[in-house]
Amino acid sequence: MPREGKRTILFSKLYSFACWRVKFEDVHADIGTRGYSRVVYCNEPDNSEAMQLRYRGNYVSTTKYSAANFIPKSLFEQFRRVANIYFLVVACVSFSPLAPFKAVSVLVPLLVVIGATMVKEAIEDWRRRKQDVEANNRKVKVYGRNNTFIETRWKKLRVGDIVKVHKNEYFPADLFLLSSSYEDGVCYVETMNLDGETNLKLKRALEVTSLLNDENSLERFRAMMKCEDPNENLYSFVGTLDYNGGKYPLSLQQMLLRDSKLKNTEHVYGVVVFTGHDTKVMQNATDPPSKRSKIEMKMDKIIFILFSILFVIALAGSFFFGVYTKKDDSGGKITRWYLRPGPKDSVVYYDPKRPALAALLHFLTALMLYGYLIPISLYVSIEMVKVLQSIFINRDQDMYYEETDRPARARTSNLNEELGQIDMILSDKTGTLTCNSMEFIKCSIAGTGYGHGMTEVEMALANRREGVPENGHIASDVAERSIGDADGSRKLIKGFNFSDERIMNGHWVNEPHSDTIQKFLRVLAICHTALPVVNKQTGEISYEAESPDEAAFVIAARELGFEFFERTQTSISLHELDYKTGEKVDREYELLQILEFNSSRKRMSVIVRSPENRLFLLCKGADSAIFERLAKDGRQFEVQTKGHIHKYAEAGLRTLVVAYRELGVEEYKVWEQMFLKAKASLTEDRDALIDELADKIERELILLGVTAVEDKLQKGVPECISKLALAGIKIWVLTGDKMETAVNIGYACSLLRQDMKRIVISLDSPDINALEKQGDKGAIQKACLASIRKQIGEGSSQIDEARKGSSSAKAFGLIIDGKSLEYSLKKDLEMSFFELAINCASVICCRSTPKQKALVTRLVKNKTGKITLAIGDGANDVGMLQEADIGVGISGVEGMQAVMASDFSIAQFRFLERLLLVHGHWCYRRISMMICYFFYKNITFGFTLFWFEAHNSFSGLPAYNDWYMSCYNVFFTSLPVIALGVFDQDVSARLCLKYPSLYLEGVENILFSWIRIIGWMFNGLLSSIIIFFFTTNSMIPQPFRRDGQVTDYEVLGVTMYTCVVWVVNCQMAISINYFTWIQHLFIWGSIAFWYIFLVVYGSISPIRSTTAYQVFVEECAPSPLYWLVTLLVVICTLLPYFSYRAFQTRFKPMRHDVIQQKRLLSHNDDQIDASGELPVRVRGKLQHLRQRLRERES
Amino acid sequence: MEAAVHEVTKLLRLAELLQCTATINAYNNSCYLLVGSTVSLFPFRFSIQQCFPAMSLYELKCSTENISMEHRTYFTIKFPDSRFSQQELPACKPILSPGWVVSIFITIGIVFIPIGFAALFASERVVELQFKYDQDCVPPKYKNDMVAYIQSNKTDKTCMRKMPAVSSKMKAPIYVYYQIDHYFQNHRRYVKSRNDKQLRGDENNTADCAPERYAKNGQPIVPCGLIAWSLFNDTYKFSVQNKSIAVSKKDITWKSDREKKFSSKVYPKNFQEGGLIGGAKLNSSIPLSEQEDLIVWMRTAALPSFRKLYGRIEEDLEAHDQITIELQNNYNTYSFKGSKSIIISTASWIGGKNDLMGIAYLTIGGMSLFLAICFILMYVLKPRPLGDTSYLSWNRNASGVNLRF
Repeated sequence: MPREGKRTILFSKLYSFACWRVKFEDVHADIGTRGYSRVVYCNEPDNSEAMQLRYRGNYVSTTKYSAANFIPKSLFEQFRRVANIYFLVVACVSFSPLAPFKAVSVLVPLLVVIGATMVKEAIEDWRRRKQDVEANNRKVKVYGRNNTFIETRWKKLRVGDIVKVHKNEYFPADLFLLSSSYEDGVCYVETMNLDGETNLKLKRALEVTSLLNDENSLERFRAMMKCEDPNENLYSFVGTLDYNGGKYPLSLQQMLLRDSKLKNTEHVYGVVVFTGHDTKVMQNATDPPSKRSKIEMKMDKIIFILFSILFVIALAGSFFFGVYTKKDDSGGKITRWYLRPGPKDSVVYYDPKRPALAALLHFLTALMLYGYLIPISLYVSIEMVKVLQSIFINRDQDMYYEETDRPARARTSNLNEELGQIDMILSDKTGTLTCNSMEFIKCSIAGTGYGHGMTEVEMALANRREGVPENGHIASDVAERSIGDADGSRKLIKGFNFSDERIMNGHWVNEPHSDTIQKFLRVLAICHTALPVVNKQTGEISYEAESPDEAAFVIAARELGFEFFERTQTSISLHELDYKTGEKVDREYELLQILEFNSSRKRMSVIVRSPENRLFLLCKGADSAIFERLAKDGRQFEVQTKGHIHKYAEAGLRTLVVAYRELGVEEYKVWEQMFLKAKASLTEDRDALIDELADKIERELILLGVTAVEDKLQKGVPECISKLALAGIKIWVLTGDKMETAVNIGYACSLLRQDMKRIVISLDSPDINALEKQGDKGAIQKACLASIRKQIGEGSSQIDEARKGSSSAKAFGLIIDGKSLEYSLKKDLEMSFFELAINCASVICCRSTPKQKALVTRLVKNKTGKITLAIGDGANDVGMLQEADIGVGISGVEGMQAVMASDFSIAQFRFLERLLLVHGHWCYRRISMMICYFFYKNITFGFTLFWFEAHNSFSGLPAYNDWYMSCYNVFFTSLPVIALGVFDQDVSARLCLKYPSLYLEGVENILFSWIRIIGWMFNGLLSSIIIFFFTTNSMIPQPFRRDGQVTDYEVLGVTMYTCVVWVVNCQMAISINYFTWIQHLFIWGSIAFWYIFLVVYGSISPIRSTTAYQVFVEECAPSPLYWLVTLLVVICTLLPYFSYRAFQTRFKPMRHDVIQQKRLLSHNDDQIDASGELPVRVRGKLQHLRQRLRERES
Repeated sequence: MEAAVHEVTKLLRLAELLQCTATINAYNNSCYLLVGSTVSLFPFRFSIQQCFPAMSLYELKCSTENISMEHRTYFTIKFPDSRFSQQELPACKPILSPGWVVSIFITIGIVFIPIGFAALFASERVVELQFKYDQDCVPPKYKNDMVAYIQSNKTDKTCMRKMPAVSSKMKAPIYVYYQIDHYFQNHRRYVKSRNDKQLRGDENNTADCAPERYAKNGQPIVPCGLIAWSLFNDTYKFSVQNKSIAVSKKDITWKSDREKKFSSKVYPKNFQEGGLIGGAKLNSSIPLSEQEDLIVWMRTAALPSFRKLYGRIEEDLEAHDQITIELQNNYNTYSFKGSKSIIISTASWIGGKNDLMGIAYLTIGGMSLFLAICFILMYVLKPRPLGDTSYLSWNRNASGVNLRF
């Protein structure tokens, strides 16, 4: 497309890379073919042809179920679990005479369990539905028949409608931009919901449509658009517009995507192209990878084991049943004549002539009978418990961040217990460890360093260098500083923490190199892409910038006297302090080109024409990128500046070098021609071409100075990290920062310690740099690989030495840069790198890309098989968060992308400590105890049935009344175990935090090891044996009452069941550590409920209650023997476990035992050496302050 | 109290100088100073709850406007959301400390041993005579084919035997039981073969009763089912020195059975008139609720060896009395090699003769005491202070790290 008209050329100059036109070749040839068949009739949705197309409406539904399919679909979901299928089959078969008990008694618990889960699903879906309804009913203005805009609901939009979207509104569908309130048809869009990027993106209408910017002109607008079919690619769009006889290509530049937001533009007009589920964002909506906790996976294995036990004992029972049945046939006569085989219609099949068939049918009966080994309510209980645990996490006041009003959120409840088993944390740096609020703190101009501020890193470094001050005199300097700050009651400005009277308040004019300072500040004020936002009431100017760094520069420039106040398409205006006259003047710079920042260029430049009609190229960028472009006479301050850069980097600051160049008019013209051509070109290497051209002009620069921006550590990060390290958690930091910055931040947040030996793997060696200059790719690669291999080898041997004890260093810190990481992750080096890395206490990967972050995470996860947690806040961490076992998002400033992809979200890094050490530890402990106990109680119960069956010649008669059995899992034992899962705590939150090593119980998985699980199962087996044999032998066959009545089937059942209920509940009571009224209520309540149940159930008609009729009131309760047996059996059953625990806590205590004992010893446990925990720095500070206080008082 | 207030005031000043927020947590009597980005713990030597009861968390914010001593300090008192949501409900946290362990063991011992003695004593006082007659009451010529003997209608089933002498005086009531071994009254087929509705009055309901549902004439059998059909039919008569002893068969069943489970309006019908004759016949003029032998029989036993109450002797038996039994050996236990016994026994509060109970109590009690002694011995021989953190090596590390900072 030829470009015509003056305006166009101007725009193209401003929006350097953005405005280029697509030609009709390439992808547009596909229009109309398969995959590119969509046709949109703009502004005529009622057109008969448009009607035929039947595109979907804009109604969006993200619910899993609808009213109609809820029941079948959710049932289907339920029965995907093997255990539930088993119970369903049992319930079905239980209607046949094979069932050992009545069908209802199986059906009711199943219905309760399934019903509870379905209710939960329904509630969750209802919430989603509410969100949908809200979105579907949002209002938008649509161009109607009477040529005005009418408000309608989003869901009523149709393809082809023209809508008007106002500032700060979301786009209701994928729109094709017609025109905007800007006359050139551009608009700004924020795409945070799509990709998490907070910077504004520019969209631009086609030239032909950009004039359609009022209601009247839209009246005659008719066009047909052909474009691609709905797809999920957010970064491409192909289409053509037929309008007024012309064909115009469309690209992503004209597309406004649903869920992005209109910014900085009054309004836009757009044509609806994709609606509802066809929109790109909806096409993109995939479920995040569903994660299951390792404990649950292990639980599945245990259930499998239980199924195996079930089959084995059912088989054994059937075998013996067959044998006994066969024995009954002795030469045609039936030995056990009272069982009398008879016609088929008898309830229980019994035919000594066909023992195999009898055994087979009995097998089915036995499968049902022993179903009590499989805890039917386990899944539903665990799910309930996890939801409740999540509520506690969400409501924890100690993880609530007041400043942003954000509590912690458990976004999935599946992984709670996994929080207690974290072996390794992979953390992002910026925004996670640091606040991501950049503060301009220092600068170096013309070789002179300015800025008095002291960074946290410097403070940490100062202390580190000085060693450990005993009396805290270093600390007092620090305190001095803070008091000094307090005295100068300066207004606090966000992003600006700079103080130096030499250049503040216009004093810079008196500095020796004031002209350089002026240029430096001008560059800061001009060379950026920020937009000024003027507060109309106060007249104050704030800035919207792509990154906080950039904002910090503009703010710094403003504070130092170069206030950027207006940006038009072609110019940038500043209020400037003229250093000759000392007056404020307004200057307007004509903006000619912007050479944008990207990660390969590592610099950005603008080309402007000053009011004096001189052309300048202003440039800022990374030191590596700028220093090699300096002109010979531009290196005046190079040495000093480099020194400052080094110092700043050591202080943990981010540095950018500022330089400029004056361009000759002719030179620029020649270059501009080439540049415009390059931009308009459509070849593949267009970007490379542009880079090359930019490279051509960004030469011969003159160095001005360096800026240094501090990214402050978040509150409490060092303490949190050292606590986590004590808990045995390894922490890796994956950052995009420079190595020096990263290392220093590492020291500041106590990730690296003084006693640690640093192993650095880097490719920044002279040989490789030399090779790179030659540019031979093959040779570089070879050299790099060799170098990395050598460095890894050296590191490993150091660690080996330390292991053997020949080296003094105990802990190692590995620091590796992005380029080295790339080589280290290659197949042949992966293993050795990994081995080195896991032997180091902390690892810092600097200069790593998002992809590398995810790769490292995957490597660690797969290689160790341990549980990893990734924590991050930005869109670049999403891969890492999803890859790790647990992703924790920081709900900070960088959008919600990370939070959306995370499993847990917290507002501050330091909350991680509480999340892991307290909630994680508790949840892990609770869930593992709960599962073990579940198996215990069901084995105890199930095996009493088996022992009884062994005494009735394996005929499948249950020992208990049907309803006793079905109530077992639901009423008599479920609530205490849920209370255990929700409330139990071995030690209080405070002690969890105080003794982080307690966390190791989870990392080493002590509480859910096979030994422990099998121990619990064995305990269950033992309990069942004790219960059965004591009860039967002490009550049978002699009378059990004074009135001579003997124990029959009914009495035995009640007695045994009483013992089981007592035993499993008391077992719970002695295995938990925490009794609130809830536990008391549930445990003793369950036992009491059993007696209540017996009385109530026993008093209804014997037709319903059958063997339970009056059995307690009339028969058992008056018998002292019944009570004596209960007492004996309960004590006797619990004694083994109790003795084991008593001796074990005393003589081989676990970690939590020791801490509990410690708590017991110190009655006011809160005072245990609290002073010892006070960091020296703070102690010194306090000392100093107390002294001052005394002085003031006196 | 005063000291506490003073301490708080001092802290406030400090906080003010530092321009920071001080958070006092009364749960652990600590104060956090938030200085810059550092959270530091400031220990308190007194209990805050003493001076400000009912409050648990204070946040003391210091005004930054004025640094002079007449500062305006304002308190924001933040009540905790709830102790429940913070999981800090008041709780009892039992710990197995040596004291507790030993006292629990000793308590078990102290409680169990007397109970054991009491139970043994009660069991000792019960006098029980047992006489196994299944082999004894078969005439020698039938010894080889006892099944034929018992099944034949022609053989004489009467059997006169002398019981072992009464060892000591038996006070009335004396209970007479019959015991059958190896008889699976708890076989599922057997247990299910009855119809409770019929017994309660719905005479024609014979569901579940097969194969004992209908008589040869097609009429429903009342009571139907295998249990009733196999009713025990040995009978006993007792005499001491030719003076017969009356055996009362009244009230040998549970009251609830007589009143609710067995109807007084239902009379046996067509009973034992099917193809095969099982056990006893019933007098069809007595309603089911008064057929106490049947009711006893239909309460199925739990295990294959069981006793059932036959009747009650309402007079005392003296020591050395020699009881003669005249029994009718009708019931077939021979085909399945079961055995039959007759038992005459008194009862005490613990029921019948039951040494196991006492022995078990004594054993458990003794074991507890033994464990208590073991524990004490180990405690003395291998002393280690409670809560000794010496092997929690991280404890040292912890302070180390803090020092380094």
